[in-house]
Amino acid sequence: MAVVKKVPEKIARQVPFCPGCGHGIVVRLIMECVEELGYNDNVIFGKPVGCASLLDNSLDIDIFTGAHGRNGASLTAIKRLKPDTLVISYQGDGDAYNIGFAETMNAAYRNEKFTVVTINNTNFGMTGGQMAWTTMPGQKTTTSVNGRDVELSGLPIKMPEMIATSFDTAYVARGALFTPAEINKTKGYIKKALQAQSDGIGHSMVEVLSPCPTNWHMSPLEAQERIIKELVPYYPLGELKNKGGK
Amino acid sequence: MSKVIVKKEQCKQCGYCVKHCPKQAISFSADFNSSGFKYAVVDDSKCIACGMCYTTCPDGVFEIRKPD
Repeated sequence: MAVVKKVPEKIARQVPFCPGCGHGIVVRLIMECVEELGYNDNVIFGKPVGCASLLDNSLDIDIFTGAHGRNGASLTAIKRLKPDTLVISYQGDGDAYNIGFAETMNAAYRNEKFTVVTINNTNFGMTGGQMAWTTMPGQKTTTSVNGRDVELSGLPIKMPEMIATSFDTAYVARGALFTPAEINKTKGYIKKALQAQSDGIGHSMVEVLSPCPTNWHMSPLEAQERIIKELVPYYPLGELKNKGGK
Repeated sequence: MSKVIVKKEQCKQCGYCVKHCPKQAISFSADFNSSGFKYAVVDDSKCIACGMCYTTCPDGVFEIRKPD
């Protein structure tokens, strides 16, 4: 019996997230891509403040935790000092968009040659499900108890579209995690983004629509259904920009 | 030897594997693991080792093997 599929060796211990959380899938996809590209021993993982802060004990690689939202600035320094190292900024939507808008945009504006993977679960997960910029119209959260009012707080932000159309970056895509096919496509996007960094083409970004069953007050399967019915019509999936052409 | 190894202590009973298994070979156990979740059980007679459970699992429960 030959092992054909196995969790990457750098995920040394189980991820500590809620049942059905998309973080576990995305971290596995990233580490699979890192392994396939041969960067297992030459990678720095930029961890955010948020649910993903809990990754400390799971990954056997170098991890850097930036101040809340500031990974765009911190990892710029790391990548400039270590240009041959694969630098990945793994952030939530609250960290990368709400809190770290300036840093995330400026890193893309300067076309810094690292990869940003953002997990869009339409709320601030770790602190108990508050409204974020990505919260859908009408979605109930702990700070929008009657549903998000777009008259009051505007429409959800589409950060990848902003970066793809405004700046001269290498790769931008959006994936989702509701079926095995979409998960495999998302892995393809992450691999192309990391390849763009490896080839030195420029800044790359992948947003992943991820289920948050705990804060959406749904079962994991209902959360996957919600992504299909509510999120995908507003946040279209696919590649938004690919300068590398591979 | 089974085609899919299930690390039952890591299972959190999210049900993604049960839903996305194309052969309906996965069900939940009657008993609980040490974390208090019913864990995934694979019916070897139905399993084709396609790896869908591995792909959808957020917790690394599955390891897929194929005969040499």
